[in-house]
Amino acid sequence: MTLRDIRDILDADVLCGEQSLDREVKTGFACDLISEMLAFASSGTLLITSLKNPHVIHTAEVMDAVGVVFVGGKKPNLSTMKQAGNSRIPLLATDLLIFKACGLLFQHGVQGAKRDSLQ
Amino acid sequence: MTDSRVNSGAPRHVIEFLIREKDFLSAGESASKTKKALQQLGLKAEVAKNSAIIVYEAAMNVVIHAISGKLRVVIVPEEVSIVAEDVGPGIPDIELAMQEGYSTAPHEVREMGFGAGMGLANIEHCSDELNIKSEPGVGTVLEARIRLKQKGDVS
Repeated sequence: MTLRDIRDILDADVLCGEQSLDREVKTGFACDLISEMLAFASSGTLLITSLKNPHVIHTAEVMDAVGVVFVGGKKPNLSTMKQAGNSRIPLLATDLLIFKACGLLFQHGVQGAKRDSLQ
Repeated sequence: MTDSRVNSGAPRHVIEFLIREKDFLSAGESASKTKKALQQLGLKAEVAKNSAIIVYEAAMNVVIHAISGKLRVVIVPEEVSIVAEDVGPGIPDIELAMQEGYSTAPHEVREMGFGAGMGLANIEHCSDELNIKSEPGVGTVLEARIRLKQKGDVS
């Protein structure tokens, strides 16, 4: 499963990182809490969130996330998108709400990230 | 802000960050910079990531609760140590603050996605050793260490 597949499944817009859509997505993780993202940090995880502040990009960078999907039609501002571009974090945005977005990805075989760093 | 010095023949790298009250973005920036610096020094990805997580959470604690603070990351061949020292209200009950889910963060902080009461627990899980000294009304010193004894931690 690549980011390109994710884009197609979620009918998402690519906000930045068009050239990185061949990256492989290993697992998915959905939440709106930064500390929880950091606790679940594992490389190759796709972050699914409705938070759109710059912290999400820093967090994605620290946790080696493969990319970020913003749900519910949310989009970060231009400076946050630029920051993601500099950090090479691809950003996708879908109008789907978080439950449906996750449900569709799960249906297509994306497994949830495991809580390895906290146990 | 990397300051490389030679100390008794062993390389020592120091990265310092100043953290001010309500300067939320500086926490994430410090974490990103720490990760990049440690990767450039050739440390293992896991060590760079855990150090960055500790810096992020420790800096957020200073931003949220303290008046000002200083964060220092010191890299020597044996370990990475991260010291966060702040001037602020201190932590009255450290054991309680360590519990996952316990939080005294205000609403605005929670809206940003922080203040879930996981910060200190996350720091503990990312470090091999954690010491917190706090004096109510004065401030807090947090020191976390990651040992680099395994071959391959530094290339």
